[in-house]
Amino acid sequence: MRNYETVFILNPVLSDEQTKEAVSKFTAHLKSNGAEIVAEESWGLKKLAYPIQKKKSGFYFLVEFKGESNPTEGLEVLLKRDERVMRFLTVALDKDALAYAGQRREKLNAKSKEEK
Amino acid sequence: MASNSEIRFLTPLSIDTGTKKKYCRFKKSGIKYIDYKDADFLTKFLNEQGKILPRRITGTSLKFQRKVSQAVKRARHIAVLPYVTDLMK
Repeated sequence: MRNYETVFILNPVLSDEQTKEAVSKFTAHLKSNGAEIVAEESWGLKKLAYPIQKKKSGFYFLVEFKGESNPTEGLEVLLKRDERVMRFLTVALDKDALAYAGQRREKLNAKSKEEK
Repeated sequence: MASNSEIRFLTPLSIDTGTKKKYCRFKKSGIKYIDYKDADFLTKFLNEQGKILPRRITGTSLKFQRKVSQAVKRARHIAVLPYVTDLMK
């Protein structure tokens, strides 16, 4: 069992529904391939540091998941083929990274609770 | 005549010539993982053009310099940090 984290950037021209649909497509793929999703995080529309495909902003989404063997392989093919995805990055998390990810999530949760 | 223009002190001036010792901030504060998603933190290790600063300047230990550079490169890939710019800040 290993832990992974994938960040992908979706095309900003998509409607809310289309982005939701794209995100659910990838998460569903992970679930159906025996991966367990630990956390999902939407960063929303963010300005890019440099233009990608002549676009200056993108819709960021982060998924953290756990999986046996290598569930990322199929996911990366899927991300590569999908035209809505402008960029993606998958990182394997070691134990320090895992601890950090946990802390970060707690912080975010605390923040969102305060806002409510 | 030369001795007239010379300034003499009774007690020698204490001028600090030694430079401050650099230290690795990760070792000191016990940070183990460097997040590539945190752009504000990573900019501390970049110059104005967005290049990674050498260890000689930041004082980071080799172990963490490698991690910093890895994190910066990841951040550049997902467009959190630029590859090249003028005036970062």
